[in-house]
Amino acid sequence: MTALAGKLAGRLPEKLTANSGALLGFVLGALVLLVVAPAVLSDFRLSLLGRFVCFAIVAVGIGLAWGRGGMLTLGQGVFFGLGGYVMAMHLKLADAGPSGVPDFMRLYGSGQLPFWWEPFRSPVVTLLGVVLIPALVAFGLGAAIFRRRVRGAYFAILSQALAVAFATLLTGQVATIGGFNGLNGFRSFFGYNLFDPVNKRMLFYIAAVTLLVMLLIVWQLYRSRYGELLIAVRDQEERVRFLGYDPANIKIVAYVLAAAMAGIAGALFVPLVGIISPANVGVVASIAFVIGVAIGGRATLFGPALGALVVAYAQTTLSESFPSFWTYFQGALFVLVVAFLPGGLSSLVSVRRRQRADAQPSSTEPPSPVQRVEADGPPPPEPLSGVPAGSETSR
Amino acid sequence: MTMNADYLELSDVRVVFDGLVAVDGVSMTVRQGDLRFLIGPNGAGKTTLADAITGLAPATGSVRFGRTELIGKKVHRIARLGVGRTFQTASVFEELTVLQNLDIAAGAGRKPLSLLRRRSSVPPEVEEAMDGVGLTGLRDTQAGVLAHGQKQWLEIGMLLVQNAQVLLLDEPVAGMSADERVQTGELLVRIGAERTVMVVEHDMDFMRSFANSVTVLHAGKVLSEGTVAHVQADPRVQEVYLGRAEVVQ
Repeated sequence: MTALAGKLAGRLPEKLTANSGALLGFVLGALVLLVVAPAVLSDFRLSLLGRFVCFAIVAVGIGLAWGRGGMLTLGQGVFFGLGGYVMAMHLKLADAGPSGVPDFMRLYGSGQLPFWWEPFRSPVVTLLGVVLIPALVAFGLGAAIFRRRVRGAYFAILSQALAVAFATLLTGQVATIGGFNGLNGFRSFFGYNLFDPVNKRMLFYIAAVTLLVMLLIVWQLYRSRYGELLIAVRDQEERVRFLGYDPANIKIVAYVLAAAMAGIAGALFVPLVGIISPANVGVVASIAFVIGVAIGGRATLFGPALGALVVAYAQTTLSESFPSFWTYFQGALFVLVVAFLPGGLSSLVSVRRRQRADAQPSSTEPPSPVQRVEADGPPPPEPLSGVPAGSETSR
Repeated sequence: MTMNADYLELSDVRVVFDGLVAVDGVSMTVRQGDLRFLIGPNGAGKTTLADAITGLAPATGSVRFGRTELIGKKVHRIARLGVGRTFQTASVFEELTVLQNLDIAAGAGRKPLSLLRRRSSVPPEVEEAMDGVGLTGLRDTQAGVLAHGQKQWLEIGMLLVQNAQVLLLDEPVAGMSADERVQTGELLVRIGAERTVMVVEHDMDFMRSFANSVTVLHAGKVLSEGTVAHVQADPRVQEVYLGRAEVVQ
């Protein structure tokens, strides 16, 4: 009986636990975000959590692009900003009324609405723009970058330079996009008064559900054939090419999805926080997105989102008590995680699991090769000869 | 002479890197069912020639597979035309399982949207190739923990599911035990019957045991070509390999 159970334990339950683990994660996440948090947190704290949830949505996208796709994107602020500014422009126009002009333009500019603001009077165009503009920009960038086989550190530097350029561009445009101050002072969100606490709560719910939906999307991607292919491209891009795939296309898909997620997060951030400015989209903001992902565990399903939530929470509480202390702490945490736990905090779980497995080696050995000696195939040699069993693959 | 169009024909292939001529006007024909070995001293241009055929190294001249010209095409296009290769250092996807590795190799023609679904069953060609290279019992094992020889077999299995008609194998038995070499050789003979196979190899014993025909490269040029016996008897080959008694002998 026990032998049979041991054999069964080899395959079936492994898949079951992987699936039920994810399911459990979703249920727990939904419970905490949609039931517990609104019940125990004050309105102020809840809207703070809403802001963290926006960062977590960006982090889910970075986990896809970086953790699974190997693209260390240090410029997600660009896409976050595109989505955020599109939403902010719509809110300013809605506040100004039909054919009105946002207040700051009268203050700093000619009082004339630039032509490219005009389409964002429409709520539909705005909602589409929030997703499509970052996605299209990412598609154009990705097509140019990945087809030229720019990758690794070069890609990281390039993406960071984009964030610098974007923030600089925004800062210079005082009359048309608010410059250094950005866009702020929104009064309503698609007709709902933003000063009403009920509506603020509703915004939190929207952000939380969006996060859960994004997690569901990447969950499906990770278990799909595309998810396997993305890992293959991350680890052996050239080899994938020799199998007849164009790796650039595979990477573009992940990059575009990550950009769209960042855009949506930016659009939710604007009504929740009430401001978007170059500081939210520049290098510092972009790197902060990545740090949460690294700490949580970039290649895991929940790691990036959890890491982003924890880091954002730590930042808020620590900078409330020690305003100048946070940056040092953040830097130290990043160095520690990268040096000692490159898989992020999530890898602690698998490290523990491995330690337990080492204690009882028989139960977790890979299935032994079928012993066959026949004409149509070389019999497999000793399993794992030359490679110490259970040795960790280096990452 | 058969009417079969499945052969690889190289004519006057040249590869130049920054003025250094790596492959200098190579012409050769490899027919289906032939198990061709490509040998030569270090730096003779063997791997570079494989790179030229698969689109990795920019080349001039002509490489034709059947009626299709390969030179000037992109790597992934050439792969889709049925030209597959392995590398000196086994390059499997270490974090993926044997099954996942083979499934990816089988999937270049899949529709993009179908990739977004999970694999519902093991494709028959994957099952067949897994059996052919003897890795069925290891299907859910991560490729990274396979033994060196098993990784090479996995690579060959990937070529099979890729449905490659031309197989370029770069030192497939390097680092293998004697038993594994024999098994690999038998595997190559078996799969080579219906395909065009070219093996870049340093191991002369292995070459003598399994080669149908041999091409000797030296300084980017074809020095000699023919059966193992013919090539071994060629005085120019003996000269190049002077001090390497194993080939002369």
